[in-house]
Amino acid sequence: MLKLRGGIAAIAFICLSGSGHAADPLAVGRQMLAEDNPGDLWVLRGEKLFYEKRGPKQASLEKCDLGLGPGKVEGAFAQLPRYFADTDKVQDLESRLLTCMIGLQGFKREDVIKTRFSDLDRDSDMEALVSFIGSRSNGLKMNVPLSHQKEKEMFKAGEYLFHRRNGPLDFSCATCHSEDGKRIRLQDLPNMSDPRQMQAVVATAWPAYRGTQSTVRTMQHRLYDCNWQMRLPDLGYVSDMSIALTSYLNYSGNGGVIQLPGVRR
Amino acid sequence: MDVLRRSFLKLTAGAGVLTAAAAAGLVKSGQTWAATWNKSGFESKAAADALKSLGASNLIDSKDIAITAPDIAENGAVVPVAVTSKIPNTQSISILAEKNPFPLAATFDLSGGSESYVSTRIKMGQTSNVRAVIRADGKFYTAVKEVKVTIGGCG
Amino acid sequence: MAEPMKIRATLQGDVADVRILMLHPMETGQRKDAKGEIVPVHFIQSVVVTHNGKTVLDAQWSQAISRNPFLGLRVKGAKAGDKMSVTWTDNKGDKRTDEVAVAAAS
Repeated sequence: MLKLRGGIAAIAFICLSGSGHAADPLAVGRQMLAEDNPGDLWVLRGEKLFYEKRGPKQASLEKCDLGLGPGKVEGAFAQLPRYFADTDKVQDLESRLLTCMIGLQGFKREDVIKTRFSDLDRDSDMEALVSFIGSRSNGLKMNVPLSHQKEKEMFKAGEYLFHRRNGPLDFSCATCHSEDGKRIRLQDLPNMSDPRQMQAVVATAWPAYRGTQSTVRTMQHRLYDCNWQMRLPDLGYVSDMSIALTSYLNYSGNGGVIQLPGVRR
Repeated sequence: MDVLRRSFLKLTAGAGVLTAAAAAGLVKSGQTWAATWNKSGFESKAAADALKSLGASNLIDSKDIAITAPDIAENGAVVPVAVTSKIPNTQSISILAEKNPFPLAATFDLSGGSESYVSTRIKMGQTSNVRAVIRADGKFYTAVKEVKVTIGGCG
Repeated sequence: MAEPMKIRATLQGDVADVRILMLHPMETGQRKDAKGEIVPVHFIQSVVVTHNGKTVLDAQWSQAISRNPFLGLRVKGAKAGDKMSVTWTDNKGDKRTDEVAVAAAS
């Protein structure tokens, strides 16, 4: 047991010096998974769902405006979150899809929210749709706008929330995510005040296929999970807090070349 | 568990293959083979029993078998494992995770059309040797690689 | 009918590099669902790959193969346009067949 711990500590030290290294014992596994990503199957299902006539109104999502005009999917992920005039608010991808599923297809808000995150016995349409739309920005650079007054306000709110300590552990996001070379066990923690790291992180997750969850998880799920890790109350799905954090984080990743869905532990 | 009757596999049979095949539970029907799902092998709790079910009595250690797998697997549920065999006339590749409750994970029968290479992902319950077993010309060759399985971090 | 696989088959010289992603729960029979009931064992037992109709790989799987499984193989003597077909069969007798044409190296 002691021998193993010593070995892991030694290996972890190598990990700290950067992933993608020849000496990195995690690199082989990560690369093999990335080359053939089960998340691609979510992209296929999401595409089917996007163009299928569904819901009480028996309509597809082809008229859904994700910021570039109705039905324009290419490049949509790269510029979210952003302000939408028709709802007069800043929306991320998931809240915008929710708007369209309710408005265009007639789904009930509570029904969509009930199945927003899949489990091993039930799929989530949202996870597939996010995978599909994310993939249609592949090769493009993150380009989240910060021009409208409400976009600026959301960004500032997100920045504040990112640094605000709260909850029983007195953690903020920054507690774990503001220094280089930090990790929890073998999980590297990106330094979110470093634009270079943010470009790599934001453009390749989320959405990402998570091996431990056997599904694609989205940004909303990641933030929900972080909240859970910090022992905070449940983060409301597509709540202002979640969108503020997403605005702040996605904008920090501007310039990153998108490759989605990613693959994570 | 239902015994599964698989599709017929055309093989050019040499005497060595016949002996090993009979031991492995294959049934000859003219020039074609119908293999049944290796129930006893997949339900063996000991690696030794699983190997016996494959007909692998004399395992020869071989440096001509390459196992590509992570030194440390971030997640024991999805451990990528690829096996490449440079042994001539490789007919089948089996993969075992020796410390799994049921060590035998898969057997791949190759015809002449396939290179001696397979890649898949296995579940590993704990740090363990991953063993590749190659059947070639009626003989059995093997190599191992240790894969460490960790508890992860944040989530 | 089961969800479609994603199959990529790319030529490298005269070898087709074939990569298959499948959607399948690969249940071990050990897991309990949200109601606390055991989810029955349910996994792919057989995968057969053919090249222009000729079997090139015949795999037997246990429930130790990962959920949403992956299979990679390399097929000799392939040309662009050749047909690669993959069929999986699970312990319940469900099947799925998908096929692709081998793509020339890009």
